[in-house]
Amino acid sequence: MSRSLLRSLLPVISLAVVLGATFYVQPRTMSYFGLNLMLQYAVPIALATIAQMFIITVNDLDLSIGPFVGLVGCISATLLYSNPLLGALALLLCIAAYAAVGALVHSRNLPSIVVTLGLSFVWLGIAVLILPSPGGKAPEWLKSIMALQTPFIPFPIIAAIVIGLVVQLALMHSSLGVIARGAGGNPRAMARAGWSMLKTKAAMYALAGFFGVLSGLSLLGLTTSADAHVADRYTLYSIAGVILGGGEFIGGRVSPLGAVIGALTLALAGSFLIFLRISPDWQIGAQGAILILVLALKAPLTPRDASK
Amino acid sequence: MNHTAIKLDGVERNFGAVRALAGVSLAVGSGECLGLVGHNGAGKSTLMHILAGTLSPDKGDISVGGTRHEGYWSVNVARTNGIRCVFQELSLCPNLTVAENVRIVHGSLKGIGWKKRSQDIALQKLDEIFPGHGISPSDAISDLPIGKRQMAEIARAFTVTDIPLRLVILDEPTSSLDAVTAQQLLTFVRSQVTKGTSVILISHLLGDILGTCDRIAVMKDGKTVAERPAKKFDRHSLVAAMGTEVNQNKSTTAKLAKAKSQAPVAIRAKPKTAADTGELIAHQGEIIGLAGLSGHGQTRMLLQIFSRSDAEVPAPVAFIAGDRQSDGIFHLWSIASNVTIRSLRSLLRRGLIASDGEGLLAAEWKKRMGIRTSDMNNNILTLSGGNQQKTLFARALGSEARIILMDDPMRGVDIGTKLEVYEMIAREAKAGRTFVWYTTEMEELQYCDRAYVFRNGAIAASLEHEDLTEEKILQASFAESSAA
Amino acid sequence: MTNIWNRLRHEPWIWSFLAAIGVWLATIAYTGGQGAGEILTAALSFATFSIIVGLGQMMVITTGPGNVDLSIPATITLAGVVAMKVMDTDSARLLLGIGAALGASFLVGVFNYGLIRLLRIPPIIATLSSSFLVLSTAISYGRGIRIKPPLPLDSFATMRILGIPLAAVFVLVLSIVLAIVIKRTLYGRAVVAIGQNPRAAWLAGINVNRTRFMTYVLSALLAGVCGILLSGFSGGAALNMGEEFLLASIAVVVIGGTSVAGGRASVPGIWGAALFMYLLVTMLNTFGASAGVRLIMTGVIIITVIVLAGGETQSK
Repeated sequence: MSRSLLRSLLPVISLAVVLGATFYVQPRTMSYFGLNLMLQYAVPIALATIAQMFIITVNDLDLSIGPFVGLVGCISATLLYSNPLLGALALLLCIAAYAAVGALVHSRNLPSIVVTLGLSFVWLGIAVLILPSPGGKAPEWLKSIMALQTPFIPFPIIAAIVIGLVVQLALMHSSLGVIARGAGGNPRAMARAGWSMLKTKAAMYALAGFFGVLSGLSLLGLTTSADAHVADRYTLYSIAGVILGGGEFIGGRVSPLGAVIGALTLALAGSFLIFLRISPDWQIGAQGAILILVLALKAPLTPRDASK
Repeated sequence: MNHTAIKLDGVERNFGAVRALAGVSLAVGSGECLGLVGHNGAGKSTLMHILAGTLSPDKGDISVGGTRHEGYWSVNVARTNGIRCVFQELSLCPNLTVAENVRIVHGSLKGIGWKKRSQDIALQKLDEIFPGHGISPSDAISDLPIGKRQMAEIARAFTVTDIPLRLVILDEPTSSLDAVTAQQLLTFVRSQVTKGTSVILISHLLGDILGTCDRIAVMKDGKTVAERPAKKFDRHSLVAAMGTEVNQNKSTTAKLAKAKSQAPVAIRAKPKTAADTGELIAHQGEIIGLAGLSGHGQTRMLLQIFSRSDAEVPAPVAFIAGDRQSDGIFHLWSIASNVTIRSLRSLLRRGLIASDGEGLLAAEWKKRMGIRTSDMNNNILTLSGGNQQKTLFARALGSEARIILMDDPMRGVDIGTKLEVYEMIAREAKAGRTFVWYTTEMEELQYCDRAYVFRNGAIAASLEHEDLTEEKILQASFAESSAA
Repeated sequence: MTNIWNRLRHEPWIWSFLAAIGVWLATIAYTGGQGAGEILTAALSFATFSIIVGLGQMMVITTGPGNVDLSIPATITLAGVVAMKVMDTDSARLLLGIGAALGASFLVGVFNYGLIRLLRIPPIIATLSSSFLVLSTAISYGRGIRIKPPLPLDSFATMRILGIPLAAVFVLVLSIVLAIVIKRTLYGRAVVAIGQNPRAAWLAGINVNRTRFMTYVLSALLAGVCGILLSGFSGGAALNMGEEFLLASIAVVVIGGTSVAGGRASVPGIWGAALFMYLLVTMLNTFGASAGVRLIMTGVIIITVIVLAGGETQSK
């Protein structure tokens, strides 16, 4: 088997290993109900990871996606609950804000890390203003979607596969997806071919905002009440998910299916560690160890460049 | 020519205080190949960027097919008028496939089945221009060697979907191609021209220009200074028109090859890229050439010597990059810092770099290399390409290194600079420095005491100075190549 | 005067100082000049810590795109915990504690670069993963109650001379040393060269891997110094003591005018940015803003500063 094929299969293999280990440690998870329970949070994480992936596609990084997901939760548990029209408008405004940030980052040639760092404070601040302490209520329809009982295969798995396939098709196989990835691969060449980098970046940021909104909604459907800080960790999860899924920080090399698989792996790793019953002191450390282990497998499969 | 495809009238363009184009008027007839030559900084590239729409003129008119263009001239306007450009630096997305890169330049390649159509167009054009190219449209660009990337980009420029081709601009298109593919391209250009497409060819290889173009325009200081049918030019008159003083006899002085081979061995290395290969040996004070078709292991040989893997290299080594942007310059630094970076160790005083010593070293090499700047503390990017290259030479020659490796360093450098540098190399070799020189230009091998011809990563032949003829080198480069 | 301004305004760090002064003036204008000195003293005290880790982060970021140290907060915590535990409130064990804390930080730096170099994990993910491990180590090792710092450390971290914190003077010396290191040593030049173009740096004879290794170790050591000082300042180590420095260390570097793309470092900018960040919070507190408004304003101002500074570099 060729190295590049093995490398593209790596996310799948990692997921299989973590899944196998979980089944081994706790055989009861090998059931419809067990998988459903373990993977229910995979849906919002996968959506946030896809959001992050759109930003990484154009060589930027979003350090604000976690607080943004939290903000969406806060808006949805208050405004969307009491006044659906106004709530929907507010969420659309959030997506528009993302597009505007993309345009700003591009037109002023700003480092996205810093802009989104500042943005994370803004999202958090608005969320705290809307909902000073945890509370609010999830709209009923949201709760019922997330509690959907699909036959044979648990809903989170179906949802994750659908999300992955749709985005894979759009980004990797459509003619517009080529433009988006090209913008990450060689922005200057794209400009020379007459494509507006401003529009491309704004569109990619808007897509990230859109998937961030979906992530926030699905998370709220699971938690049923909101908290501004509920998704702070999503920023790091989403970045790790993209990289676990075979994406790279620069050069427009990403894989939507891989990103979803990476997100599933991360969600599973959390459950796995709980089943292992290791000391709570080492829970977070063990997560780090799993991350390192999976990424370490990539090393022998990546061609070595003498200079770098 | 019966009618003009594109016409520029009094086009001006300034970059800050620098006047890149000082009122250029130029016309290309349909079905004509126009050659464009001139020094670096003469304004050729700026002119091409204006034609392609990536830069807009400050002043002047552009006419397409005889009618003056009104309004803003942009990339998209240029494209819809059938103008394509292959820029000197590659403009492909490395993360995409060849077919996907074709899609980028064709707005009409969309909807269901775009991928198949895009692949077909790419393959058909590659087959047409470079028969036997060995490129698949589904290859990612980053997996292709530089020569094939350039082939893919050239082929892309000639692909047609909904807009007919009017003008294709080729800016140094053969810089990464070997002799065979370069010839294939030039043949194809001739055939396109007979079909009515216009081509502007920019090249430093005067033989290509003279052999391929119908008409040649010479640029100097942002203006066209001469414009004649190609037949009215020869090599000498072209160079004269560009304003270079060539003194051919001065630089090709007699060699003392025999005496040098008695000197101690400075390098002994065997290419790791092939099993069955000759050995490279360089004696102190020798200039060793690495020849052969481009991309056959010469640069890897240099890097192998540089990193001393499987190579006996007892003396300190310095490397002069050919690809300035990616391998050479530090773009945030001054010219002086770019010169001294290789020599800082010798400037240490009590653990700290002596700033006055640094200034002196930079000033000395400004003089010796003739770097044209008012102040060595200016940013490196204020220099023209040729002077940036001189800075890289100053960096290497100003250091303690006794062995200098050169990776085709004269790529895209004007003739005047070249001659100055050749003399410098000869002087330094006489003083005992050893040079290993990868070059794609046949003429440069005349300065070498010995050359190794590379083929498929192996040293295929070793030719002494007196045997260094074009014929012998080509023979060594091509033998068995059809079987390989 | 106009001459000085013309020179200064091209310095990438000047904007952070102007912002800091502006925010300070707005605050004392609101209070009617009351507490102007106290605010500055407090700003110097608190900014000290972000400056220390900011310097380390600055060196890491300067080595080129993608290089960033996310393990700084965990390292601060680990160093604080180790220092307090080894010192065990005993002044005689002060140096031993400092040595142990710096030793632990050194190991974190080595581990970080090991992940980056040997396993070829992108720095952002490598330092993130290692920070999880480091934090767990700190939690596990530092179980139990808070241990007070020994008196000499406590007084060093909190002492003021004429309103100027002693720790700030110490960090000023540290900053000057680092500025000289960047400009006038082989290591410093190597960092800046690699940040611009690692391949060209390698071909110019610079040992890229050793330079990057030293940089990650330096960043970890500075985080260690911060951890020790911070424990002395706040009466002991706490498991969340490093948390706020994840964003702060990056923010001060970038607001200070260091290029995020690498190859250009600015030590004075770190000072301006750290003071600005602290004075900003003070101003908002003085104005009586709620937590939400404070957060929003912090974010908006970070973005505004980078837009202004970014615009300036663009036009150059």
